[in-house]
Amino acid sequence: MKQFTNLFLQLDRTTKTNEKVELLKAYFLSAPEEDKIWALALFTGRRPPRPIKSSQVQEWALEQAGIPQWLYRESYSSVGDMAETISLLLPASESTSEKTLSEWFRDFVTLAKKTDDEKKSFLISAWRQLSPYEIFVFNKLMMGSFRIGVSQTLVVRAVSEVTNQEAAVVTHRVMGHWDPMTTTFKELIHAENLADQHSKPYPFYLAYAIEDELDNLGQPTEWFAEWKWDGIRAQIIFRNNELYIWSRGEELVTDKFPELHAFADFLPDGTVLDGEILCFSNERPLPFNVLQTRIGRKNVTKKILQEAPVALIAYDLLELEGVDIRKQPQEYRRQALENLYNSTPTNPAFRLSKLLDFQNWDELKALHTQSRENTAEGFMIKRKAAAYQTGRKKGDWWKWKVDPLSIDAVLIYAQKGSGRRAELYTDYTFAVWDQGKLIPFAKAYSGLTDAEIRRVDHFVKNNILEKFGPVRTVKPKLVFEIGFEGINASTRHKSGIAVRFPRMLRWREDKPAEEADTLDNLKQILNGYK
Amino acid sequence: MAGLLTFTSSSIYCAAANVHIDPWKPADFAIITHAHSDHAKPGCKHYLAHKDSASILRLRLGNDISLQTVDYGEKFSINGVQFSLHPAGHVIGSAQIRVEHKGEVWVASGDYKVQDDYFSAAFEPVRCHTFITESTFGLPIYKWRPQHEVMNDIREWWKENQLQDKASVLMGYALGKMQRLVKNLQPFDQKVFAHGAIFNVNEQLRAAGYDLPYIPRVTSDIDKKEYRGALILGTSSSLNTPWLKKFEPYSTGYCSGWMAVRGAKNRRSVDRGFVLSDHADWNELNWAVAETGAERVYVTHGYTDTFARWLNEKDIEAHEVKTSYGDEEEDVLPEEVVA
Repeated sequence: MKQFTNLFLQLDRTTKTNEKVELLKAYFLSAPEEDKIWALALFTGRRPPRPIKSSQVQEWALEQAGIPQWLYRESYSSVGDMAETISLLLPASESTSEKTLSEWFRDFVTLAKKTDDEKKSFLISAWRQLSPYEIFVFNKLMMGSFRIGVSQTLVVRAVSEVTNQEAAVVTHRVMGHWDPMTTTFKELIHAENLADQHSKPYPFYLAYAIEDELDNLGQPTEWFAEWKWDGIRAQIIFRNNELYIWSRGEELVTDKFPELHAFADFLPDGTVLDGEILCFSNERPLPFNVLQTRIGRKNVTKKILQEAPVALIAYDLLELEGVDIRKQPQEYRRQALENLYNSTPTNPAFRLSKLLDFQNWDELKALHTQSRENTAEGFMIKRKAAAYQTGRKKGDWWKWKVDPLSIDAVLIYAQKGSGRRAELYTDYTFAVWDQGKLIPFAKAYSGLTDAEIRRVDHFVKNNILEKFGPVRTVKPKLVFEIGFEGINASTRHKSGIAVRFPRMLRWREDKPAEEADTLDNLKQILNGYK
Repeated sequence: MAGLLTFTSSSIYCAAANVHIDPWKPADFAIITHAHSDHAKPGCKHYLAHKDSASILRLRLGNDISLQTVDYGEKFSINGVQFSLHPAGHVIGSAQIRVEHKGEVWVASGDYKVQDDYFSAAFEPVRCHTFITESTFGLPIYKWRPQHEVMNDIREWWKENQLQDKASVLMGYALGKMQRLVKNLQPFDQKVFAHGAIFNVNEQLRAAGYDLPYIPRVTSDIDKKEYRGALILGTSSSLNTPWLKKFEPYSTGYCSGWMAVRGAKNRRSVDRGFVLSDHADWNELNWAVAETGAERVYVTHGYTDTFARWLNEKDIEAHEVKTSYGDEEEDVLPEEVVA
């Protein structure tokens, strides 16, 4: 545990990628064998089972610290993290512990079945033998909210360098189903032939936003262009008579989309498709929020299946007849995809991403302005010679999104952020005018520079009108241009409108609050967008 | 009857003596608790402060200010109101102001810390009926470790950097934190340099006879090789500025009570946060309030509502007060000022 805490502490101290990889490598070289698999599980977002309810953890911590609930809440709002807040509140520990990471986890597993009293005495005795920083890491592990500034890519890099394996192989092995309780590090990483590999998706190839002028991409004939859809990026895998659907978040989402189960009836064995899952109605894709409400549901009802069924818009083929064809050029894979599509019976759930017809870049630019009418976010531009790469890579795939919709709105509520922004008022609610009143319509957290955040924070602190729990009502004075990706009518919002991905485009210091936009302006955008 | 001290829109005011404590707007007669810029503002006709505050007050407010100084515990009367200054332990010369009139005693403590930093006179609790306390770190998450442990952490970090041939840039407030660091980290077996603003404060204090070692200032004509393995003292505002460039490769350390929280440290993108504060932590605030024996407490700058509520729940009458203190973050001395 000390070694893992130390790793955590050191990772937390550096922002440099190379240093992080070095630290991870040192850990994977020197950690106890049985700890490695747990560390790998944590770093790849596999939540360990939560043995104790967080409300109980909190209650027992307050008892130990001797402070009331409200003071805990105040403390929490300054720290922004429960595990850390508790580690700072608890009295200093009296002894030390040599337990390893895996020993603690094995304790957690047996703990789940124990009585509350047993859980409580376990927890208090654990806290008493750990240092404040160990308590912090311990709480994080226990409460299954383990996040650290280390991406899966970095961990894969470290593991692959330490074990002398290709990064792609490690990525492939780390993704998918395995359980640190039953799998060893050796089995997962080193085993020659892994038995159950059929379910595993390929690492997704991700595009960067285009930075340059289109004209600098070279000949238009070397490129494909397609609409960029606002859905869920997914791979559909059919191997050994089993269908698997993986989202880009590396989640297995097969059960969420029964409409796509028919793919098992017509896909040839050994097929992997890459595409976008979207809801459709009357042959038109629906906005993302329809899909979003659906994903949130445990069960997909008949009503949903009828009103907003999903379909896959396929745009790439990664495996054909059991052969990995990712190294083949885009053009080849596209042709293979079309052949596959044409040879399967028509099914409304299987659609082919349309290639856009353009002779020169100007034609493409003209088409781009029609993105919104086509319910698209813009274009994907792919080099015909491109291989299907791993992760976010520049050069061959570009996304070219339409400019966000925007409106000038007034800051009316502020709340302190969490994590690295816990001391500052960084979470804002914005409003537009309606008959002399300000109607809130969006919350936004991002888009300002650190220097701007400090200035807004300073303004908030000096202009608080009222306090409601952690929320502060602020004198309506500051105006920001709020950008968003989509807009929909909503009965759940006071404004009657819900916007997607709101963010601050800029601070309109030139604009007095009275001149901010109105609800009518928002409604016009809504009507124009439909 | 109004209180002996009242909280006006420009100061903590003693009407009976017509004296302002730490006014943030110009006043005729100002008693200054300490020389940080949020407590010592320019424009007053006459200032009174502890003698150890004099040199920095003059550096900051000008040599021509009308300034009267007193020692700790020295009693003086204004319009029949008795005043005396007592150590607050915050920075050199920092004082709590004791005010007594017709048997009623108030203490305005300005900023204070309880751990002895071996440079400012150590905090002494003063018995009173009404105590005015700060609450910068008035949350139970803020609990300081003993100073020598933090100093050891800093030494270790410096040593690690030396092994990697890096410079160690240690940042914090020019007045207070830096002298505390120098006093407690010395003797130095490697080179140490200071940012111009820190150099000015140090030299001003040395000229006034205080026991500090000479630390050369960072200038453009110093050979960059000199910085390898050296300790560079920077102001809290030097973080993420081009000033740091000349020290490449370097590691940054930041000394502040805020470093107790990971988020606060990460937000500043500093390599190491050292939890070292010139303010009282949660336990110390509670201890100080108890030691004064005060039956009433006014809580200024910081977690005012939280700390006041906590005290009220502990059956100590407490009130939140709005002042303009607590903006030390912007506390930067101009580098051009010639000491």
